[in-house]
Amino acid sequence: MSTDAAANGPAVVPAASLIPADAPFPKAAKVALGMPQLRSNLAHATGTIRAKRANVVGELDDWERLRDAAAAIKADVQRRLPELAVEFERNATAAGARVHWARDAREANEIAARIVREAGAEEVVKVKSMATQEIELNEHFEAEGLKAFETDLAELIVQLAEDKPSHILVPAIHYNRDEIRDIFVQKLSRQKMGGDGVATGLTNDPAALAEAARLHLRRRFLSATAAVSGANFAVAETGSLVVVESEGNGRMCLTMPETLVSIVGIEKLLPSFGDLEVFMQLLPRSSTGERMNPYTSVWTGAREGDGPRNVHIVLLDNGRTDVLADEVGRQALSCIRCSACLNVCPVYERTGGHAYGHVYPGPIGAILAPQLEPGRHDDLPYASSLCGACYEVCPVKIDIPEVLVHLRQQGPHPAGERAAMGAARAVMARPRLWRTALRAARFGSAPWRRKGFMRRLPWPVSKTALSKWTASRDLPVPPQEHFRDWWKERER
Amino acid sequence: MPRVGLFITCVNDALYPETPKAVVRILERLGYDVDFPAAQTCCGQMHANSGYREDAAALARSFEQVFADYDAIVTPSGSCAAMTRDQYPHLTGTDIGRRVYELSEFLLDVAGTEDVGARFPHTVTYHPTCHGTRALGLGDKPLRLLRAVEGITLVDLPAADQCCGFGGTFALKNTEVSSAMLADKCRHAAGTGAEYLAAADNSCLTHIGGGIARLDHQPGPRGPRPIHYAEILASRA
Repeated sequence: MSTDAAANGPAVVPAASLIPADAPFPKAAKVALGMPQLRSNLAHATGTIRAKRANVVGELDDWERLRDAAAAIKADVQRRLPELAVEFERNATAAGARVHWARDAREANEIAARIVREAGAEEVVKVKSMATQEIELNEHFEAEGLKAFETDLAELIVQLAEDKPSHILVPAIHYNRDEIRDIFVQKLSRQKMGGDGVATGLTNDPAALAEAARLHLRRRFLSATAAVSGANFAVAETGSLVVVESEGNGRMCLTMPETLVSIVGIEKLLPSFGDLEVFMQLLPRSSTGERMNPYTSVWTGAREGDGPRNVHIVLLDNGRTDVLADEVGRQALSCIRCSACLNVCPVYERTGGHAYGHVYPGPIGAILAPQLEPGRHDDLPYASSLCGACYEVCPVKIDIPEVLVHLRQQGPHPAGERAAMGAARAVMARPRLWRTALRAARFGSAPWRRKGFMRRLPWPVSKTALSKWTASRDLPVPPQEHFRDWWKERER
Repeated sequence: MPRVGLFITCVNDALYPETPKAVVRILERLGYDVDFPAAQTCCGQMHANSGYREDAAALARSFEQVFADYDAIVTPSGSCAAMTRDQYPHLTGTDIGRRVYELSEFLLDVAGTEDVGARFPHTVTYHPTCHGTRALGLGDKPLRLLRAVEGITLVDLPAADQCCGFGGTFALKNTEVSSAMLADKCRHAAGTGAEYLAAADNSCLTHIGGGIARLDHQPGPRGPRPIHYAEILASRA
């Protein structure tokens, strides 16, 4: 109603509804680039986290050795994933957990929904989890008549806004606090929520916003009998799961309900508890730019009188073993979802996550999405200038540029481009032809020589993809005399 | 004395004769005998990075033939040097890249000199190009050489480590994102008030220079002139 709208501030339009998820990246990116508020929010937020990360990473003089250690542990895990998965199952089961195996998203969702229903619950509270985003658990639950409530503050904002996450760690990174205030006022108003709802006078003060979320979430925590989580790490040696978080909402979900279902990608396995030492130094510094995160929960099976009694773990494949088969591409499975690569990526900073059209955006998404869903994201490996900033910050040393190039070399190529590349190679592989081409370009561009540059390419070049160059850049004109002519003259 | 072969790169071959000329002058000034094998064309980077592995491998093999007999191959391009070092081993199984030096590597690590006797009385800002800095690990090598130039005034480029948005075919395939990155780079470059913007790769400078030239047709401050740092090192003005 119009009076409501006036009292509640302007309606916040979910960014995901504006940026077409199914469009090719360049097209979706163009839409995102045209959203000034989104761009300024992203530039501000990524810039802030980038600086924080650089500070705390700079404090450690063994940072490079930690990265090497993490990469080595992950490579070891990938080499013996089957045995580690079975070891984990054995130890978790012995400690009182039920371990399930899910080949794909459908199986994982069905297992989770069945467990929740058998526990007599109709709603679950959720710990922030990329695996459940990946399998679209919330959507599946909704279709099954179950409700899944996000409890991580940023996930809550996204869920309330009926939007989609735009960042792995900070899913609401594309909103500023004015917009968050508006979302809260509209979705958590007293009319809707009763006495516990937020007042229309809510300010954009972070403490006030956090308090509004806290009041809302507390009711959820107290009433929920089942929870769904993911895990940052799964320790094979002990059968333990580990969740690393900042807000304490995870701790609430992991300890208060009777039933806990954790969806865990099989690549999250670590051989031993001691391996956590390496990752617990790398992850908080790389993700939130903190030396240490506020809450780390470790649980091993079920224990009477201490936390959930029904502990279920769903080990999820969903394309991972296929990725494992690719010797170059498999390093993407080392990812610990810290988001450092997103925060330093000049492409991500300007487009945000929605343009990638996948739950994993940014540089890691550009190598993970096309591998997890072959044939569906062939445009993503090209969504990078190969600047290498991602590789530089990756705590587990995933050579993202190497995998991007590798995937480009696998993928299909447009016919026109293939022809042009073939022609270029044919010329460049023959020195005499190359020299002829250089001379031809010199003569062809003679009319522009006095000006020194071209604003537009001449026909028929203007009809090719090369014309995209002059969208924003002038093109220099070939010189009167090439280096090779000078050299020849000099050698005489 | 090592047998030094000059790899000028296809971009300089087509557009920028002054850069390889500068390399020749610097190396000869230091007493090296430089050769330019005329059969050279392209290292294959565009093909490799655009996903055309076979074409790239063919060009890599030509490169290896042309430069087989040189002890050192010097090139004024961080990204072409990185191509031979990082990608050739996977494409053709060769390690010729170990003999390829980006100019600043050759001057500092082989010739062992920081001061090449240049004079350039101008304000210069330096953009560390991505492949040179990150893939090749040049660090501040080109800057160290520039600092030793007589009369030069170096000014810091804000957000220098951010990519200019070139990325080879990325500039064409993702023109809008590339242009947004370029706009920021041009704004930072113009803001320095420098006369010149120096870098170790003329491909990146074509991009930034093309953006600055486009800005020049519009109101506002003129940006710095793009220049390969080799031309500064060769200068005795």
